[in-house]
Amino acid sequence: MGNYIGKSVKRVEDKRFLTGKGQYTDDIVLHQQTYASIVRSPYAHANIESIDTSAAEKAVGVVAVFTGKDFADSGIAGVPCGWQVNFKNGDIMKEPPHPLLVADKVKHLGDAVAIVIAESKEIARDAAELVDVSYDVLDSVVDPKKAAQPGAPLVHEDCPNNICFDWELGNPKSDVNAAIEASHHVTTLEFVNQRVIPNAMEPRAAIGDYQAAGDKYTLYTSSQNPHLIRLLLCAFVLNLPEHKVRVVSPDVGGGFGSKIFHYTEEALVIWCSKQIGRPVKWTSDRSEAFITDAHGRDHVTKADMGFDADGKITALRVETYANLGAYLSTFAPAVPTYLHGTLLQGLYTTPVINVDVTAVFTHTTAVDAYRGAGRPEATYLLERMIDLAALEMEMDPAELRFKNFIPAFDGVEQEGYMTQVALQYDSGDYDPVLKKALDMVGYDDFRAKQSALDNGKLIGIGFSTYIEACGIAPSAVVGALGARAGLFESAQVRVQPTGKVSVYTGSHSHGQGHETTFAQVVADRMGIPLDDVEIVHGDSESVAFGMGTYGSRSLAVGGSAIVKSIDKVLEKGAKIAAHLLEANADDLDYAGGKWTVKGTDKSIAFGDVSLTAYVPHNYPEGLEPGLDFSSFYDPANFTYPFGAHIAIVEIDKSTGKVELQRFIAVDDVGNVINPMIVDGQIHGGLAQGIGQALFEGAIYDDNGQLINGSYMDYCMPRADDLPSFEIDRTVTPCPHNPLGVKGAGEAGTIGSTPAVVNAVIDALWSGGHKVKDVKMPMTPERVWSAMQSDQA
Amino acid sequence: MIPSKFQYKRAESVSDALSMMSDDAKLLAGGHSLLPAMKLRLNQPDTLIDISRIEELKSIKDEGDHIVIGAAATHHDIAHSNLVKGACSMIASGAGQIGDIQVRNAGTIGGSLAHADPAADWPALVIAAEATIRVQGQGGPRDIPAASFFTGFYETALADDEIITEIHIPKLPAGSSSTYVKFVQPASRFAIVGCAVVKNAAEGEVGNIKVAVTGVSEMAYRAHGVEDELMGQVVSDESIDRAAARATDHVDVLSDHYASEKYRKHIAQVYVRKALETLK
Ligand SMILES: Cc1cc2nc3c(=O)[nH]c(=O)nc-3n(C[C@H](O)[C@H](O)[C@H](O)COP(=O)(O)OP(=O)(O)OC[C@H]3O[C@@H](n4cnc5c(N)ncnc54)[C@H](O)[C@@H]3O)c2cc1C
Repeated sequence: MGNYIGKSVKRVEDKRFLTGKGQYTDDIVLHQQTYASIVRSPYAHANIESIDTSAAEKAVGVVAVFTGKDFADSGIAGVPCGWQVNFKNGDIMKEPPHPLLVADKVKHLGDAVAIVIAESKEIARDAAELVDVSYDVLDSVVDPKKAAQPGAPLVHEDCPNNICFDWELGNPKSDVNAAIEASHHVTTLEFVNQRVIPNAMEPRAAIGDYQAAGDKYTLYTSSQNPHLIRLLLCAFVLNLPEHKVRVVSPDVGGGFGSKIFHYTEEALVIWCSKQIGRPVKWTSDRSEAFITDAHGRDHVTKADMGFDADGKITALRVETYANLGAYLSTFAPAVPTYLHGTLLQGLYTTPVINVDVTAVFTHTTAVDAYRGAGRPEATYLLERMIDLAALEMEMDPAELRFKNFIPAFDGVEQEGYMTQVALQYDSGDYDPVLKKALDMVGYDDFRAKQSALDNGKLIGIGFSTYIEACGIAPSAVVGALGARAGLFESAQVRVQPTGKVSVYTGSHSHGQGHETTFAQVVADRMGIPLDDVEIVHGDSESVAFGMGTYGSRSLAVGGSAIVKSIDKVLEKGAKIAAHLLEANADDLDYAGGKWTVKGTDKSIAFGDVSLTAYVPHNYPEGLEPGLDFSSFYDPANFTYPFGAHIAIVEIDKSTGKVELQRFIAVDDVGNVINPMIVDGQIHGGLAQGIGQALFEGAIYDDNGQLINGSYMDYCMPRADDLPSFEIDRTVTPCPHNPLGVKGAGEAGTIGSTPAVVNAVIDALWSGGHKVKDVKMPMTPERVWSAMQSDQA
Repeated sequence: MIPSKFQYKRAESVSDALSMMSDDAKLLAGGHSLLPAMKLRLNQPDTLIDISRIEELKSIKDEGDHIVIGAAATHHDIAHSNLVKGACSMIASGAGQIGDIQVRNAGTIGGSLAHADPAADWPALVIAAEATIRVQGQGGPRDIPAASFFTGFYETALADDEIITEIHIPKLPAGSSSTYVKFVQPASRFAIVGCAVVKNAAEGEVGNIKVAVTGVSEMAYRAHGVEDELMGQVVSDESIDRAAARATDHVDVLSDHYASEKYRKHIAQVYVRKALETLK
């Protein structure tokens, strides 16, 4: 440990954010910029009979209006999907086009039918109302299970039963069926992991700027991965020369997954800019964000978990219908499959597992990765099942977990753990997280209090012991699983002549604090002050091709790439230092920002070496000048953080209102660079996971209208809804990356949701209401109804 | 989230505002109901007449047996007024339960009453307090009793060319008490059920009790059934139970995705009971 790693260094980016000096896409104003407003379908499913744009075109200040017809002969089919999953029979998944503007048939509320470009956003918005679209409204379907039934309205005509693909993973179904059959006890649960809406604080925005002189394109966009957007835009959507295209993701106000994907608006503003010869800016408003940002979750699941008489898990069988929405978003197919099915081993030694997923189109907004992406769905399933099994078998839920935990392995002395569902865990030690959490909660006291309670309330405790896979991912592995991209990361460490260091990372920070954490790593490894390090990200013109930030990968993958470049810098620096010190490079030690000849006080400072690298008068023969190295890091494996979360809730019997009283989280995210930032990630993640359990959830009616598409109706968790979190950690380093880090961005969200739901179920059982499930979000009415329907 | 084009005019006085009014104009007070509707283009007035800076509309005054709250007084000002707390405490505590701090700093009592949201807090408060709402039009002022001010879903007895100027709230006699309890819609924090109760009586015995309920039906209402059960009764668990059971007598109970008709009815009873219990 050096001066910075492991310390809660204050975030260097916060000065900019807290003083209003952040530069978000919508803050950028280009010369001659125009403003776009998009005309969107008010229906979930309808034929477009006609579009009359004449009144809008005539409005003063309108520059241009485009509709789907303008793309008819352009060869532009729409935005592609970045992950291919095949049907069980080997057929390629259905991949219907996702046009930039719809010409014939709208497929979800908010589908884009026209774009109006004007001198101001107000004029654009007014003129958008003048576009007269005549629709023939058709029946729609929003529920994935219903959509997969014969006779359901079709989203895409050439996609029978709306099924995009079916998919299976794990042991043969016959083995799993037999093991379930032979079990002493089987816990069965049918449940919905409801659709949630990401709600990043900054709505999406994009500016397209085509400069005819030089034939250059610049896209400013609120994206988590600018290079990926550039690749998709150039190679798959608009067929542009990649070297002429620059994509900039400046400050981005939160993503939670929803800003990973390549959205139609990004291609639209570029295309429109070329048509009109001026920059075009589009900024989503909040209402638009609710219906066009990709949503998360939305699984309808049935699961059976078998146990022997002793409480050991014997088998797990899972059938899920996953709602994809109307179109395939960039990584949508991966979420219910390789990011969900592969996590169903959890922390347990379950000997046989089979998961069967049917991915279905519906007349709703696209669903894709949302904080946790697949792993929260897997964790929710496992942790609900095991707590329910404990209630049913009258066993202690903590004991039941200890009984089934995979024994500790460090991934060095002991091999990584091979699961039944295609993964090899890197390192893990699961007893300590749960033990620690039990100590923190005072478990024995709680049970005594619970049985003694007599005040019109019920209290309950719920557990969740999770594992997740992040640091996504070894390119060859994900390629074999269908990814149409690599998942390495790039880093360039450019030492300036004076010894100051600029680091160019392909990771993208949109709230995570990379400018601080990465700088801590660089400063410590190079033995220089933090202030001497600048982290540059988000601009495809300055940064080497990188893959961006999602799946808690930035430090594990992006940080490792930086370490590789630092190693190269120090190796070359040692040669220069050796030359200047007239010593052998092998005889030098590097520490505290200088090279020292071992056993002497002869040394030379980093800044002298860097200056020499750029003023190579007295220089090693044959060595190139300069001190500037790029690296690409492709991880050997995923990383596997884990943890134990415990919730304590109180239910008001008269109303059913749940109050979360305590929340304990013990997470193991490997080594920690900046504890404050990790705590912040855990806190935010917990709030989101608890939000799903108690407050959030998209509600579509049968006509595909989103009923709660505003903050007056869609309930985000707020500070006063939450207790002060009690968090702690254990540290099991990742054995396969140089920093030993695992990733902390999603852990809070992944672990917390089932803990809260389990606590409510536990409270209900303690009051004699032996219900298996209360739908999320667990509104007062739902909990109250559960108490009415089952007075056991 | 961009409203259509409108003209903004600032009124310096009530008569100034009255002279600016026209069919396509709307009064702007705190803007916390009107502006969201305009941003969603559900409401597209040509002109906004800002009355939020008219001093005479912002005062809270003592007029002997009653207090006078100016229509443009903010929820926050009312919640923190000692005069209001002393005259009828639930008016202050109810104002303090509206929305969040930003809403309370901008939103006004007059705007809320004129808007007549079925889930708003003020309607129950003014009905239970037996307040009088003074409005002013071209023809001069008129007084409307709170009980007859609300006429339906977002509808009131206010004429198009009238401005609410004052809300007159009778001071409670010594020995009386009042309370407002609210079960909130978690996203907006409006009332799923809000129950205001005023008890004009010595301890134990119930002489004169007024109960008003908001959030439950298309407009706030006086729960006469509840009052009848308690009239002249000693307040006891049994009488409260009987009274609470009549919380939704003769009203059509609303249903939405936060609270079905059945649940809302149940919560109305729970909250009427809760309110009555605090006055026991
Ligand atoms: C997030 C949020 C949460 C909220 N939560 C609650 C809550 O919990 N409980 C609650 O009761 N309310 C709540 N509100 C509504 C809030 O109290 C509003 O302030 C109030 O409903 C309207 O008052 P205003 O002064 O903002 O009126 P405005 O929005 O300015 O006007 C509303 C309407 O009244 C008219 N009007 C205004 N003043 C007068 C007048 N003096 N005479 C005649 N007509 C007039 C206007 O022309 C307009 O039609 C909430 C609002 C928001 C945005």
